[in-house]
Amino acid sequence: MGLKRSLHNLKEKYRGTKMAPAFGAFHTFLYLPNITTKGGTHIKGADDLKRTMNTVILALIPCLIFGMFNTGYQHHLEFGDIQAVSGSFFSSEFWTMDNFMVGFWKIIPLVAISYGVGLGIEFVFATINNHEVEEGYLVTGMLVPLIVPVDIPLWMLTVAIVFGVIIGKEVFGGTGMNILNPALTIRAFLFFAYPTWMSGDKVWIEGAVERDNLIAAGQNLDAISGETVLGSLAQNNDVGYSLMDMFYGFIPGSVGETSTLLILLGGLFLIFTKIGSWRIMLSSVIGALLMGLIFNQIADAGIISEGSKFYGLMNTTFWHHLLIGGFAFGVVYMATDPVTASQTNKGKWIYGFLIGFISIMIRVFNPAYPEGVMLAILLMNVFAPTIDHYIVQGNVKKRMKRLKAKTA
Amino acid sequence: MSNDIRIKKGLDIKLKGAAEKATEKAILSNFFSIRLEDFHGVIPKMIVKVGKKVKAGTSVFYNKTSENVKFASPVSGEIIEIVRGEKRKILAIKIKADKEQVYHENDNINLETANTETIKAHLLASGCWSFIKQRPYDVIANPDKAPKAIFISGFASAPLAANLNYVLQGKEAELQAAVTALGKLTEGKVHISVGKHGNSPFDNLNGITLHNVSGPHPSGNVGTQINKIDPVNKGEVVWTVNAQDLVIIGELLLTGKFNAERIVALVGSSVEKPRYFVTKIGSEVATMIYDYGIAKDANARIISGNVLSGKQIQPDGYLDYYSNTITIIPEGDDYEFFGWTTPVFNKVSTTRALTFSWMLPKKNFNLNTNTNGEHRAFVVTGGYEEVFPLDIFPLQILKSCMYKDLDEMEALGMYEVAPEDFALTEFVCVSKQPHQEIIRKGLDLMIKEIG
Repeated sequence: MGLKRSLHNLKEKYRGTKMAPAFGAFHTFLYLPNITTKGGTHIKGADDLKRTMNTVILALIPCLIFGMFNTGYQHHLEFGDIQAVSGSFFSSEFWTMDNFMVGFWKIIPLVAISYGVGLGIEFVFATINNHEVEEGYLVTGMLVPLIVPVDIPLWMLTVAIVFGVIIGKEVFGGTGMNILNPALTIRAFLFFAYPTWMSGDKVWIEGAVERDNLIAAGQNLDAISGETVLGSLAQNNDVGYSLMDMFYGFIPGSVGETSTLLILLGGLFLIFTKIGSWRIMLSSVIGALLMGLIFNQIADAGIISEGSKFYGLMNTTFWHHLLIGGFAFGVVYMATDPVTASQTNKGKWIYGFLIGFISIMIRVFNPAYPEGVMLAILLMNVFAPTIDHYIVQGNVKKRMKRLKAKTA
Repeated sequence: MSNDIRIKKGLDIKLKGAAEKATEKAILSNFFSIRLEDFHGVIPKMIVKVGKKVKAGTSVFYNKTSENVKFASPVSGEIIEIVRGEKRKILAIKIKADKEQVYHENDNINLETANTETIKAHLLASGCWSFIKQRPYDVIANPDKAPKAIFISGFASAPLAANLNYVLQGKEAELQAAVTALGKLTEGKVHISVGKHGNSPFDNLNGITLHNVSGPHPSGNVGTQINKIDPVNKGEVVWTVNAQDLVIIGELLLTGKFNAERIVALVGSSVEKPRYFVTKIGSEVATMIYDYGIAKDANARIISGNVLSGKQIQPDGYLDYYSNTITIIPEGDDYEFFGWTTPVFNKVSTTRALTFSWMLPKKNFNLNTNTNGEHRAFVVTGGYEEVFPLDIFPLQILKSCMYKDLDEMEALGMYEVAPEDFALTEFVCVSKQPHQEIIRKGLDLMIKEIG
């Protein structure tokens, strides 16, 4: 009996039972269901939520693979095994199997835990509430490994995912009902619950923390450190990387956030497929550039002196901000999450602009944690309904004015 | 103010199986049925009993909530059955047709001199009032409230819809009589919108305001035209009439006879030879669908109406009261291996997420009834606005209907819309939500609570 027939028979057998949602998730993963239209339109467009999510995952895969290479590269570089890259994107120092294997073995467990724990919770909730397992977590599950430091302990990640999926999504009603971006909720939980693991100069290099512990235990080894670009600027230090390094991504950072080039390509892919909102991406960039310009003016005008702790970041040329930290990743993949962003087209311009604007502001003014994108997006997630409300009120007022003009 | 309207937002769904411009007379149907579900919101009170002989145009029942609105029999014959459902609700009235048709003689009136009340009474008594619908609420018009304007769409942009220029050929006299009469029922204008292609029988009528409309579907929907010409405000009413129904009204006014004849297009990819038939309202579709149509046991969906807003009927079903199209497409009740990841070339999509219909703008698609995904909560945004040209926020109004906030529904424009205006947003909906049903329930709630 063919696979299609046997699965169909199983589906009929499980219909109405507790097993139905879990089985349905596997069945619809393999086969587009055979449901036909009833009432309403008799034909439907080709797009469904799985296809939409799949497109975002495709846009993330290059960042994931690059992240694996980069993890290995940064590790070998700091441990003294190899030379720095020569400058071109296709540098042979970077794209080696050694680099890849180091990254692969570190990152695959992160991906496995992310999907395993996250989808596990979704399955449980679907079974309890007797609805289908919904596709929202497909994208979140891919985002989470990309926004954490590579050496994060797996138990920490698990706890954060449990928190993020339950409190950030399920209690609100599941996919489509959440207010805060689930991936960022997980990241925020990690940051506030385990702050030493999310910042500093040790966590971005694979093996650096372990080396520190060995040194503390008495072994005579060189210390490793891999300060991120933002970290250096926050301490008014010189950045040891060229602009091209930052654009290509050959710098320390969270697993998937470093390569602005690949994120840009992913963003263009999302805009082309009409899955990611170009309005949000463009207005975020504009907002960030504007805030960067303002800070540059302040630094140039001498209002902040060279000795001030804000100087390094304020003096950063305004468009460099797009290349460093998690800004590009956040704007392309997380600000554009349709459920938590503004839903009206006009609202998206305001929403995106404020994300860009506030990201850079938090980045510069918060010395303890030089990364503002996560907090800016979460803040704007909360304000997105308010922005929409005022845009919709504009339409309502127009209608009322039309009525008044008629009855006048 | 120019009378040209350009619709920019929308989607033309090109399907296989458009009707050739060839008309044949359908086989005479033995049985006819008046389906009560076609008249949304009407509670029928029967005038005749089972066994009674009626003529074509004899009143068969009236609307309990508006007693002077009478509904006429499309043919002469004998009432053989009143089909009832749960709680004795009348579902359909079956009539066995005479071989020779006899017409009920209505009074003749002089169109030039008749006043509003005379014309209104004439239309109500003759059964023609059922063709006049109103916005808000998209139900049969309340005769006691005068409309600010009357709107007629003179062209159809829905997929595979009957070509109105073709089916209305030669009917200018009836059309003129109908619009003259309708013009007397309102203080405002009679707006008729025609499309860009070819000469319309409406082009040279008197007493109307003609609009030229261009752009993709839903430019042919009367709701789109109302929104662009003179939107409905709170407290106002507009009336709408289908173009083909004008012919029936006109013929009644000119001859005193209720002639329920219609030219219907049989279309769809499952039909061997898509073409036009001359038939009557309420006739058996079996008289049309098997001759160079579909096989007896075909796994196909038969739709009275078009693929976006029509109703599913069985092969032994009847043509509904308002439609002038019968669409037949294949049922899509099979599974597709990894259907959500594979590149798609044979389905219509408004995105480019591994779907390639954007590269094939001239292709006629053979779409089936598969939902292409499961029902989910609303997730993606921005997609509905692309195919919704009315000056209303579609997602927000749908959500307000779902959580039943009457004030918000009113503020967002529920007085202006009908379910068919949301057919395209339902088609492109990634979450496979039933938009037309949501709007219909919202309108019904407003009728009940606001009235």
